[in-house]
Amino acid sequence: MPAARVPGPPARWSRRGLLAAAAALPAAALLPGCSADRPRRGSGGRITLRFQSLAWQQDSVKANEQLVAEWNSRHPTVQVQYVQGAWSTVHDQLLTSFEGGEAPDIIHDASDDLADFAYGGDLADLTSLLPDRLKADIPGHSWETATFDGRIYGVPFLQEPRVLVANRAKLHRSGVRLPTPEEPWSWEEFAEAAQRLTRGTDHGVAWPLKEPVSATLNLSLSTGGRVFHRRPDGRVQVRFDAVDQVVPRIIHDQVNVDRTAARTTLGMGGSDTLPGFFAGRYAMVPLGFSYRQQIAQQAPEGFDWTVLPAPKGTTQDQGVSPQTLSIAADCPYKEEAMAFLDFFLRPPNMVRLALGDWMLPTGQEALRNPALRVRRYDWATGTALAATLRSAPAQSVRGYPEWKDKIATPGLQEYYSGAIDLDTLRKRLVRDGNLVLARYQR
Amino acid sequence: MTALRRTATRTGQYAALLGYLAFLALPFLWLVSTAFKPPRELAAAHPTWIPEAPTLENFRQAFDQQPLLAAAGNSLLAAAVSALLAVVLATPMAYVLARHRTRLARAATGWVVVSQAFPLVLVIIPLFLILKGLHLVDSRIGLILVYVVWALPFALWMLTGYVRAVPRELEEAAAVDGAGRLRTLRSVTGPLLAPGIVATALFAFLTAWNEFFFALVLLKSPEKQTLPVVLTHFLGTEGVADLGPLAAAALLATLPGLLLFAVIQRRITGGMLAGAVKS
Repeated sequence: MPAARVPGPPARWSRRGLLAAAAALPAAALLPGCSADRPRRGSGGRITLRFQSLAWQQDSVKANEQLVAEWNSRHPTVQVQYVQGAWSTVHDQLLTSFEGGEAPDIIHDASDDLADFAYGGDLADLTSLLPDRLKADIPGHSWETATFDGRIYGVPFLQEPRVLVANRAKLHRSGVRLPTPEEPWSWEEFAEAAQRLTRGTDHGVAWPLKEPVSATLNLSLSTGGRVFHRRPDGRVQVRFDAVDQVVPRIIHDQVNVDRTAARTTLGMGGSDTLPGFFAGRYAMVPLGFSYRQQIAQQAPEGFDWTVLPAPKGTTQDQGVSPQTLSIAADCPYKEEAMAFLDFFLRPPNMVRLALGDWMLPTGQEALRNPALRVRRYDWATGTALAATLRSAPAQSVRGYPEWKDKIATPGLQEYYSGAIDLDTLRKRLVRDGNLVLARYQR
Repeated sequence: MTALRRTATRTGQYAALLGYLAFLALPFLWLVSTAFKPPRELAAAHPTWIPEAPTLENFRQAFDQQPLLAAAGNSLLAAAVSALLAVVLATPMAYVLARHRTRLARAATGWVVVSQAFPLVLVIIPLFLILKGLHLVDSRIGLILVYVVWALPFALWMLTGYVRAVPRELEEAAAVDGAGRLRTLRSVTGPLLAPGIVATALFAFLTAWNEFFFALVLLKSPEKQTLPVVLTHFLGTEGVADLGPLAAAALLATLPGLLLFAVIQRRITGGMLAGAVKS
């Protein structure tokens, strides 16, 4: 019945049309994202700087975004674009970005991740760019953490001491002396307190040592341990002398000899120990100061906890790797980027960032802020410890990440679990470790 | 006795199957449980499977903290387009490799298999530089291109197997009936191959949907980031995580894959059976 046919294109054409439209749709959606090269200077001479932040806690992200918004509203010609990065991937991501010349202009990282980028020429030397106010506000030992070959490659701005988070009720019941920042425990007192706090299957202390190297090295600074020694010719050598062995031996003995430390937490991260801590299985847990945020959020109602300073050896010093802000060597607007950093790190802003991250600011004026000296959540304890924080010993050592991953982490884990003795550990750290470092120091 | 043994064997088989299914489901069930738990229950010494005080707060926080919807849109676009392109390219290639078993075809198949052996870290920097040269860094097109190339070898290998499973005799019978090559492909081979094409597309889609490292390295602008990259923003230093919101966001990221499987799985199975009957 041809007369009944509706005139028009054959059915197959409409199907083709449909397919073509279906194919065109995603292509059209892609078009706005096509351009790869971001214009650095827009019309009217406006500059856009890309700031990659690693802030991740809700309050911290909010503080960062607010500060960027405040800057942008006051500086219409120098706009900052906030880009969210992540701690877990920052090294690989920066590495490829630098190789490809696509790095962010302003880079948030930690000082122990900067060495390879600084020596590799990826980061700008900030020495002559730093404003006097900022330089004077941050103490010299903090600047040391981001100084390589005498040049400053990052502004250290947030840091945290390792502290003992303790169950206050258990401490009171045991009758041990409560240490203060002015009168901390010695390592011997700490070992004794752990013994008195151990009752049946409940341990005095839980060492979360999934990543044992930085905890061990940073705490060993209190007994004069350095592990990495720079020779007069500038080369770094690994040693594991008596002063380096004090803290590892105490931890080892607590786990394997006195049994005052839980064996099961050796492979855990800090967060993993919290359920046991809340359940009263451990009286003390050595953790970073910022863990207070998780504890405040997750502790059962009525759980009474407190923050104690880490034990003291010959000094009260401990190593830290502060969070840093750097400028990429490729950034064409370094002065503008530094002006943003100067604004971002003004004392009141540093306080906002510190409160958001539950950490301590490096700036002296920010540290004096009353908000950081309250007794609530033991902010005052942390603030009182700020002066004891020093550059982590491994800070500027090239090859440290490889030494840490291949030699020190498995070595310390085996030693703490009792699988090898101290002499075997020493041989591995020194002999194998120096072979690794030698490759980086040719 | 034999009947008893058969019943025992069958019971054992079902028990093993159930155990295996439970093993596969455990991480997902844990994720669901975690996503609905308040912070205090997350740190409980004796965790429970069913939250005692279920809450949607983790979902609210997850959406509050990160642009999850935009990231899901980016992932969907990259995954859908790359899956479509991978299948469009792989299908004719697979047909040629399966039907024309020449020396060149064998070498090509071998090369496809070898290409799967290259680890990601080996290719990422050269790839980055090539894409930069083409102005395709921080570009959705660049990322899709990479996903297509990355999925293509396995898609090709999968589809070649499906084409080989279609009896050549059916095509010959169609030719005897007077059908041309294109008609045969459209009316005989195509329908039988459809389940394989869908399965391959699903594989390519999920590979791209879950992919993390290329997206991390190749995309810079926050508005272009994909869901797996955004999920890492819930992680802090030393393995500390904002566990509740992370679980909530991860659960949402898992759902499209599950839904897709649920919808398509029956069709794949049905199509396969249809093919079997016809052959």
